[in-house]
Amino acid sequence: MIEIEKLSKWYGAFRVLTECSTSVGKGEVIVVCGPSGSGKSTLIKCVNGLEPFEEGKITVEGISVGDRKTDLPKLRARIGMVFQSFELYPHMTASDNISLAQIKVLRRPKSAAAERARQLLERVGMAEHADKYPGNLSGGQQQRVAIARALAMDPIAMLFDEPTSALDPEMINEVLDVMVGLAQDGMTMIVVTHEMGFASKVADRVVFMDEGRIVEDAPKDDFFRAPRSERATLFLSKILRH
Amino acid sequence: MTRFTLAYIEKILPLLWDGMQVTLLLTALSLVGGGTLGTVLAVLRLSRSKPVALFAAAYVNLFRSLPLILLIFWFYFLVPLIVGHPVGGFYSALTGFILFEAAYFCEIIRSGIQSVRRGQILAGLATGLTYRQTMRAIVLPQALRNMLPVLLTESINLFKSTALVYVVGVRDFLTTAGMVGTRDNTFVGMYVLVALVYFVLCLGASLSVGRLQRRYAL
Repeated sequence: MIEIEKLSKWYGAFRVLTECSTSVGKGEVIVVCGPSGSGKSTLIKCVNGLEPFEEGKITVEGISVGDRKTDLPKLRARIGMVFQSFELYPHMTASDNISLAQIKVLRRPKSAAAERARQLLERVGMAEHADKYPGNLSGGQQQRVAIARALAMDPIAMLFDEPTSALDPEMINEVLDVMVGLAQDGMTMIVVTHEMGFASKVADRVVFMDEGRIVEDAPKDDFFRAPRSERATLFLSKILRH
Repeated sequence: MTRFTLAYIEKILPLLWDGMQVTLLLTALSLVGGGTLGTVLAVLRLSRSKPVALFAAAYVNLFRSLPLILLIFWFYFLVPLIVGHPVGGFYSALTGFILFEAAYFCEIIRSGIQSVRRGQILAGLATGLTYRQTMRAIVLPQALRNMLPVLLTESINLFKSTALVYVVGVRDFLTTAGMVGTRDNTFVGMYVLVALVYFVLCLGASLSVGRLQRRYAL
């Protein structure tokens, strides 16, 4: 469904991504991990064209992301994205956050959008907070609303950019639970995270990145049991020690 | 010497009201004109095209570096030369106010837009909104809330600055009051009254925007 071929990207003279290739099949859950600054976030932001890239090719269901002729807003409407810092719109209620793009992009009537928002809020366990503003919600609650906002577009795939990194420890699980539920329902997902518990539970494959390269791309069990690269072994030993 | 009594104030009230109308009109037109031009300049200043952004920056720096009273004089003598006939103090002063305020509004609007986190734009784009839709539905409403206090301060400043039209003979509130004061020899009372009116209007504006701001606080 998502094909990434020899993707390279530079910030000026600095090369952030070097010939990254991988693919994600329908219903697959891919966890991307690696030390900070390794290009994980940049990689998934390239998938929906939020970051431009210089070399290589990304296709989503056959549509080329880097092609100038591609209608990017239309493509993005079909790929959900969840950010590290939630990025809910602070001037709108939870319900309106979820309705906005439904109304403006999918041209759903307001009442239908609100009804869909209500269903999704219920799904992420936030039904009673529909009329609250983001400022009155905890981080975990905000992130669950952000997931609902992405789901409202009925996406074919979801991208998660460190969805729990900005959360207090006691809120991480409520977000992970929602994500596990999504994975079990068959959603295609690319998740940048350091939550190895989540990875071992629902990931199909783990992609390990270091210094802008994909160092390892292996089925989850192989990755955890016997990572082939030294870098990944070291990373795992650090992250799993506690 | 006329005594400064309530009956006297009542008598001269229509004259003062004429003056106040000029002041209010001048303020309103300058706000609309300066606000519009300022918004355009802010968009230009945030443009990705270097020459365009540079032009807007040059405009802002030029007009912020000149005394307002000089601009009023300047347009009083310059505009008639350009259009070929005298245009009167009101329009030349208005031109000066609009061009001057546009520079300040440009900076206020620009910093308001920049105060909105870049992640908000990415979030909007990620849901399939176009850049324009993202600006209108997500960035500008937040920018406006952030700008409100400075926008108000600048508007109050403008309201008070319109008194400068005195120098080109426009009969605004202050000028009219001064003239009446001279005629009836009631300077002291008159200028106290003028101060009171300015004070009450500006304070009222501050308070009402404060309330507005609390209601729309993010």
